[in-house]
Amino acid sequence: MAEFFAMGGYGFHVWTCWGLSGILLGGLGIARERRLRRTAKLAKQHDERAKREEPNP
Amino acid sequence: MLSYFSNPARFEAFARWASPLALLVLFGCLAFGIPMGLYFSPEDYQQGHTVRIMYVHVPAAIMAELVFGFIALMSLTAFVWRHTLADACARAAAGPGAIFAALTLITGSVWGRPTWGTWWVWDARLTSMLILFLTYIGYIAVWQMGTDENKSARLARIVGLVGFINVPIVKFSVDWWNTLHQPASLLRADGPTIHSSMLWPLGLMALAYIALFSWFVLSGVRTSIYEKQIARRAQPLASRPIKPEQMAAGDQNG
Repeated sequence: MAEFFAMGGYGFHVWTCWGLSGILLGGLGIARERRLRRTAKLAKQHDERAKREEPNP
Repeated sequence: MLSYFSNPARFEAFARWASPLALLVLFGCLAFGIPMGLYFSPEDYQQGHTVRIMYVHVPAAIMAELVFGFIALMSLTAFVWRHTLADACARAAAGPGAIFAALTLITGSVWGRPTWGTWWVWDARLTSMLILFLTYIGYIAVWQMGTDENKSARLARIVGLVGFINVPIVKFSVDWWNTLHQPASLLRADGPTIHSSMLWPLGLMALAYIALFSWFVLSGVRTSIYEKQIARRAQPLASRPIKPEQMAAGDQNG
């Protein structure tokens, strides 16, 4: 196991690259998903309020 | 095909099944690509285990170039066909594109230290990739700066089209100039020169990055559709256009 993490003495280089890729892309993914959910919820609220406020035909 | 997606409601319906599909492909590829890349693939006879950086560096580099091509295509579509969602697609692609370019530069630098003996050289490939990254930043800044969205969109389309000139320069820089960076070994006319034991994890990771990017665009465009809806609803009643049926009702009452 320790041998696997050591990567033949290049552990720092390999894990930095893989780790940064995961953190940056995963971070952007989570941020986008949260923003999508927030705006979808807000849009639904606005929609329902507008329907309530509009006069009945 | 193009006009089909100009309707936001239709795009929304498409994204509802395409987004989970993109995530399925992403996690499917990662489930095999990560263990293959980090453990099962062989080490390089010269580079040792540092070759495992290739599985995150090369897909990021391919995507950094492809995504700017996508932005240029969407900018052209917005210019020529006035496609309603083309600007939103290009805008949604810029953030991930900038991250792909940044990851290419960082992972390349960390890989360069043990293999070349230096973190950075001003050779044609590295410099043109740095310019591509700065173009992404400029493109994002154009969208963020202006208060008039139509003006920002026009300027962003120009940056998207002009900035694309750099993409073939990045790709062919290793052939046109004498660079420290190696020439192409994957996307070349006579086929890849990498052994299949390394080509498989590389292909899986590249496919994962493409799926991730597709998901980024789908979710980004959906968010912008919702944001437009909210902005429209938030307009004061007096400034909203009056519907014909409301006018007719007003006439009867008056």
